[in-house]
Amino acid sequence: MTPRRYLLALGVPGLIWVVLFVTLALYSLLAIALGGLDPLLLTPVPAWNPLDWSTTNVHLVAQSLQPFSGDTWVVFQRTCIYILIALAGCILIGYPVAYFTAVHAGRWRGTILALLVLPLLVSYMLRMLAWVGLLSPQGWVNAVLVPLHIVLSNFGWLDGRAITVVSGLMYGWIPYFIIPVYAALARFDTRYLEASRDLGAGTGSTFFRVTLPMSRQGLLAGTVVVALPMFGDFFTNGLLSGVSSTGMVGTLINTYAESQTNQAVAAALAVWLTVFLAILLLPYLRSSARAGREVGR
Amino acid sequence: MSSRLRHVCWGKVGLVTIVVLYILWSLAPVAIAFLFSFNAGYSRSTWQGFSLQWWTGSKSVFNLPIYTDAIRHSMLLAVLSVAITVPLGVSLSIFLSRWRGITARPASFLATVPLVVPELVLALALFFLVTKVNLPIVTLGTSGQVVGQVTFILPLVIVITIGRLSSIPTGYEEAAQDLGASPPQSFRLVLVPLLQPAILASAIVAFAVSIDDFVITQYMSSTSSTQSVPMLIYTATRGGATPALNAMATIMAVTTILIAAIGFVLYRLLARREQIADAPAPALAVTPEGAR
Repeated sequence: MTPRRYLLALGVPGLIWVVLFVTLALYSLLAIALGGLDPLLLTPVPAWNPLDWSTTNVHLVAQSLQPFSGDTWVVFQRTCIYILIALAGCILIGYPVAYFTAVHAGRWRGTILALLVLPLLVSYMLRMLAWVGLLSPQGWVNAVLVPLHIVLSNFGWLDGRAITVVSGLMYGWIPYFIIPVYAALARFDTRYLEASRDLGAGTGSTFFRVTLPMSRQGLLAGTVVVALPMFGDFFTNGLLSGVSSTGMVGTLINTYAESQTNQAVAAALAVWLTVFLAILLLPYLRSSARAGREVGR
Repeated sequence: MSSRLRHVCWGKVGLVTIVVLYILWSLAPVAIAFLFSFNAGYSRSTWQGFSLQWWTGSKSVFNLPIYTDAIRHSMLLAVLSVAITVPLGVSLSIFLSRWRGITARPASFLATVPLVVPELVLALALFFLVTKVNLPIVTLGTSGQVVGQVTFILPLVIVITIGRLSSIPTGYEEAAQDLGASPPQSFRLVLVPLLQPAILASAIVAFAVSIDDFVITQYMSSTSSTQSVPMLIYTATRGGATPALNAMATIMAVTTILIAAIGFVLYRLLARREQIADAPAPALAVTPEGAR
């Protein structure tokens, strides 16, 4: 057996897996989105042949995505606002945490790092379950805030409050944000800070002119790592609100997917979301490819 | 000078405060949820005294099939997913990093697609694949759930393994082959031992992600017998579940943490042995960049 043949034999099972369960799966999604409906059962019928594609479902979604007036547009706008606020929170809290751990933690680094990884090992659902207990009308959050007259007694944090959903998203995803930012900052050569100070820059100007530009790649990576799942998130909403007035794009796709007759719309919406995210991701993928080339040089 | 020194100190104090508050905020709710599994009452939000009733006895997590079945099913899915993903991902990574041909680039792009689409999109795609195409073996239920989890975890294993492979010069395998080893022998005797840390890290990450996975596992499920722990938490949390639910969630979290800790200790041992052997230093972090 030649080395080349052997290498091919190693690769083939994985290649078949990826073609079948990534390519073919995504193609089925497209075939449903561009397919038709069974006239009797009203279930989606995939159009496998591109010549049979119909744009009915995609068009339906496009119509409801009409800026400012369409039903889906409203949800989409809300999704973007929620995610932007949650991301801002992730950056404001997560960046200092990652920065301290990578640059200043000294002998505590290992311990802090373990504590930062711990939430990733405790499942997402358990962490949400914990908040449902704390935020329930008789829970500990109200037990603290009601005597302080910050909220009325029996305040319903879980009755469809935007603040609960946004904080939940932030709480849920911030550990996934911190790790890539930390990984980027840990490679950061602290001699640059000394050089900047030796050349007369103050703490503030060193931070804005040296540290922040050098953290750019890490911040971008962290943002992408958490923004992507937030766009498909429906469970945080489902657990912390469950009301359609705080619904996000993920909620909408999941709701459509649950009813047989609307599955084609779910598929069309998922295709739209993927295209939107691909456009959003393009600059990031380009810049990380460029950074990769620079490192390789 | 002294004012600047003080300024720097205040900056550090501020940073330490943020870190301490963050860690408290991220972990205290989980600790409180664990505490409530010892509640004397039925509430998961109001403390009514200490009791072990949700841990032992007829109402306990170990005596209600709905909880034990979910734990058993989650464990089954995790073991199967690790057993399939690690060999599949490691051998695919070797192919992708060593193959000099036209297929390598598009193949590595395709394999990492699950990292750049939301999990919900992949779950929906897999759901349509399984329900609209008559695949052999793979149906909604355990088989579909395993296939979905493997597809989702595969890119993480590839990221970890390729990171490691790029620090192993191809010269080792070539030397083994020059000395008369067949390609399978050079793989088994040279590459696999060098990849041990990456294989271990992949297995830990695969296990943790599988235990944690909700969206794909939910979309690929069929009857209630294929309910995993995250699925059960999702449906029961807003309902009237007893603190036994908290006990079940704690059991899963402790299991995952223990397995990760054991894996980490083994990883350190492997890394140390390697340093003594004076092989190239491991250029790999346990946590994959771009997880999720």
